[in-house]
Parts: sequence; structure tokens; C-alpha cells
Amino acid sequence: MSTPMTIMRLIKRIRITPTLYILFLMVPLYWLLTMALKTNAEILGGFSLWPANPTLANFKTILTDPSWYGGYINSTIYVALNTVISLVVALPAAYAFSRYRFMGDKHLFFWLLSNRMAPPAVFVLPFFQLYSSIGLFDTHIAVALAHTLFNVPLAVWILEGFMSGIPKEIDETAQIDGYSFSAFFTRIFMPLIGSGIGVAAFFCFMFSWVELLIARTLTSVDAKPIAAVMTRTVSASGLDWGVLAAAGVLTIVPGAIVIWFVRNHIAKGFALGRV
Amino acid sequence: MRGANWVAFEVKNITLTVGGEAYLSAVDACFTPGGFNVLLGPTLSGKTSLLRVLAGLDAPTSGQIVMDGPNQSKVDLTGVAVKKRSIGFVYQQFINYPSMSVFDNIASPLRVMKTPKADIHARVEKIADLLAIGPMLKRKPLELSGGQQQRVALARALVREADLVLLDEPLANLDYKLREELRAELPKLFNQTGSTVVYATTEPEEALLLGGTITLLHEGRTVQAGPTLEVYRTPNSLQSARTFSDPPLNSAPAVCSGGTVQIAGGPTYKDTLGLPDGAYQIGFRAHQLHVKKPSRNALDVSACVAITEITGSESFIHVDLLGQRWTALVHGIHPYSEGDQVTLYLDPADFMVFRQDGSAL
Repeated sequence: MSTPMTIMRLIKRIRITPTLYILFLMVPLYWLLTMALKTNAEILGGFSLWPANPTLANFKTILTDPSWYGGYINSTIYVALNTVISLVVALPAAYAFSRYRFMGDKHLFFWLLSNRMAPPAVFVLPFFQLYSSIGLFDTHIAVALAHTLFNVPLAVWILEGFMSGIPKEIDETAQIDGYSFSAFFTRIFMPLIGSGIGVAAFFCFMFSWVELLIARTLTSVDAKPIAAVMTRTVSASGLDWGVLAAAGVLTIVPGAIVIWFVRNHIAKGFALGRV
Repeated sequence: MRGANWVAFEVKNITLTVGGEAYLSAVDACFTPGGFNVLLGPTLSGKTSLLRVLAGLDAPTSGQIVMDGPNQSKVDLTGVAVKKRSIGFVYQQFINYPSMSVFDNIASPLRVMKTPKADIHARVEKIADLLAIGPMLKRKPLELSGGQQQRVALARALVREADLVLLDEPLANLDYKLREELRAELPKLFNQTGSTVVYATTEPEEALLLGGTITLLHEGRTVQAGPTLEVYRTPNSLQSARTFSDPPLNSAPAVCSGGTVQIAGGPTYKDTLGLPDGAYQIGFRAHQLHVKKPSRNALDVSACVAITEITGSESFIHVDLLGQRWTALVHGIHPYSEGDQVTLYLDPADFMVFRQDGSAL
């Protein structure tokens, strides 16, 4: 086989345009990663494409300093709480919207989604005042509850779409077979919309994980999220670039892991289950 | 053999109104074990509604569902929760639990009833062999063909040997060959169980093949009920004859005076029924309209061919005459084309005569 032929084939197989596209997409991520592996001196010293002396010191700082890793723990706690609450509330709500007709159901359903159209900033003041006055300020549950305002409607919409794809006759067959409603719902129905639950959980997780404004306003010390920790790294010695970049890398990781699990269903989720 | 069950069901004066629209109006019917209870009617006649009411999936607006209880008592089923009843239901669509294996699908009603494990195995395997899905027990329903999926649904309805099994056009979504095959098996399968089986269909031919007893429904009302063949032979009204006729019933208005019946705009014949003078409706079936003179007494009419459908061994000739559209079902291939003038023969002995309002004499 001649060499030019092989090269031509290789070029054809690589597909130039998507390759370039992905390269450009990866540039900021790559830059974040290299910064995390550099020392502050190198970052500020000049332009370098890759770290001259790769170091894990920045990551070590984060994983050993409680004020840093505490942020991750706090974020994880309220995100998990929020995801669980959102799903527990949204599953029966979505089932009702999908299976029953009642007065004003369509309006209520749309109104749910319109909640998401308001920017979180609108709700910061009432949440802050309310939670302060009932003693929930600076707790994980406060942030989790505040985030359900945005996540429950979205979860209801996604789950309703998935549920409406399941014929009503399955519900009836289960009744005829003698299942109680709870047995039917958990043993037959939920496995059928498993991918929908996964996608809804992913969207709840993602929103709650990246949301900064509400999470920062409703916390001070005990429940301070990682995103808030990252925004106050200006110390007396200046900005700690390397540690900040390492924190950024660590923040991306959980999202990437969750995406991996729902990657096959995500498109349907974006279409709110209506594919 | 009599099963442990063997109970009859009766609906009394059932009315179902949904959003101001009457799906069922004062339906009375009785369904007995040992043989099929066929519900026949065109689409929207209320068959599915009646089945759903019988199952308890829909609550009737008014009326009662009653079943035989112990010692010849009657038990009122109206309002009893679906899961507390002993029923099986097979839909027109193939409804199975997609996430469970075929075995688990069939076993599901038994598991809910807490049947012992060994018992479940034996019963599921027996019913699966009967329905020829034995080798597929480990597969998921959606991996099977349509016919096999419906067999799974049938197996689930059969396995618990319920008092009442409701089949809502179970063969309608199957292809021709599978439908014939299953239709032949169904009576054998159900006759062993002692269940009361109600079978809804839109096809008069299917109703005749299944036999048993029949209830004719039209626009949410019972038209006629009784043994299938008897209802077919002696309809109690023009509507009954129309509902139980495929191809459609041929009919025409007629007037009797002095012992001679005149078909409106057409031939006359000597009355043999002793009809009083007055206006009537006559009806006869498509196979009773002939292209060759069948008997000495046959009347001849001249008609204009509208369309001819040839199935191979038979031809359906749709003709226009006397302001009516009639259909002749004749043997062999008769390739008439549109607009052809044909002479057709009909025998007054075949006529079903009704009063002008369509009721029986």
C-alpha cells in the first residue's frame, strides 16, 4: 500500500471540521487544567503552552484546607438534598398532569414552567428575609428548598413528557392484576420512566450545582458552597491563580460524571421527554 | 368441566355519560360462563365503554353491575375497586409490562395474589405452552412479534383463571393469518377455564365464527341479544340486521296492498306472510342478491354497477338502483366496470320484512 493513499484515507477518516470545532471547545478547558498544574510564578511569568514543572500542589491545598474542601461538601449536601426533594415532589405531580384531567390543569402546567422564566435574582430578597426570620439562614436545607422553586417545575415537565409516552393501559392492567397504586408506581411504572428520572435528576443537579446567587446569599459559613468560596480568593498576597484553577477543575468533575450516566437520554430530556 | 368460578355477570340499566356525551344509554346485558359472550357493534357503539364499566375502570353514571354470589345470591359489583375484582383484560393494542420478562408478565397477577412459587412456575409454563410462547419466557415482550406479544397479554388474562375475562378486539391489530390462527384457538383456551368471557368485535364474521351468545350494540344501546346464530337469522329490527351484516345489508322501502308487495320503484311479488296493507321495509343480505336466476320465483331488477371488488373466489358488486345502494356477494370473478347495466335477481323467500319504523313485525 502506497504512503500517499494511506495519508489521504487518514485525512478523510479524521473529518477536519468537527475536529477543529472540538479543539476550539477544548481550549479553555485545557487552559484551566494547565493553570491548575502550574505554580503562581509560572502563571504570572509569561506565556507557556504547557506547565514547565507540573505540580499537584494546588490540588493538595484544596484537599487539605477545610475552608476549601468544606465548600465542596456543602455544595454536595444541598445539591443532593435538592435533587431528592425535587424528584420526590415532581414524580406524583407529573403523574397527575400526565394521567388526570382537572380544572385548570393546562394553565397550572404552563404556570409551573413560567417559574423558570424569572431570574433567580428576583427571589433572592424574599428568600433571604424569609429564611432569616425562621432561622433557616446558613443551612443546607435552605439552599436546597430555594432551588426547588426552579427545579420542581423543570422536573415535572421532563417527567410528564416521559410518563405520557407510557400507555395508560399499562396502569389499568396493573390495577386489573391487583397491584396497589404504590406497588404499581414503584415496581412497574418507575422502571419504565427510569431514563426520564435520570435526566430530571441530572437537570436538578446541574442547576443546583452551578447556581451561585441564591446559594451565596442564603449562606455565610456553615453551608457556604464551593462557588462562593471560589469568588473570595483574593488574599493579602494577591490572587491565588493556581489554586483557583484547581478548584475550577474539581468543580467540573462531578458534572462530567453525572453527564456520563445520562448521556444516552439527554437529548430526550432537553425536549422535555417529547421525542 | 366446570371451573371453580362459573359465575354470570349482569349489567342493569347502565348509563355512561362523559362530558355531556352519552357513551352508553340504559344498557342491559347478561354474560354467562361457558362459551363466548360476543359484543358486536361498529366503532363508537359503546363496546369498549361497556367493557371498561364491567371491569370497573370507568364508573357508570347510573346503573348496576351484578355477579352471581354463593347460594344463588347476587353480589353488587358497582363501585368495587378494580384491584379487588377477579378479572382479566386484553386490549386491542398489545399491552404488557415492557421492563419485565415474558415469564414475569404472565406471573404478575399470581405474584400479587401471593401464589406459592412452585405453583406460579407450573401455571405460567402450562399456559405459555398452550399459547405456544413457551420458548420465549425469558425474553422481553417488545422483542417478540405482534402476535406473540398479544399471546403474552392473553396468557396473563388466562393464568389467574379470573371470574370475568374481557377481550377488547384482541385480534384487530394482528395480521390476517395470525388472526385466523388465534381465533380458532381462543374458544378452546377459554372453555377450559370456566371464566365468563366477553369478546368485543366490530366484525360480524368474527362474531359468527366465535359462536356463543351475542349482544348487538348501536350508538350506546343494546339492539338485540341472544344466541349468535339465532340473532343472525331472526333479527328483531332493521337496525339489528344492519349491525350484524357485513357486507352491508340491502334494504328498500316497500308497500303492501291487497296481498301484493311493491318494492318502491321496483318489482312486485305475492305476499306470503299475510301482511296487512301498509308501508314496510324489506331487507336481505348481500349473498341473497344474485347474478343468475336462483329460483322460479326470483324477481329481476336492473341496476347500474358502481364498483366491483374481486377477492379471488368472490366478487362484491356494488350497484345503484331504485335510489338505493345494494351489494351483491357472488361466487367467481365478475369483472363488471363502473356504469355497466346488469340484471340482478332476488328471491322474496329471503326477505326480512320490518315495519316502516324498522321494528320487527
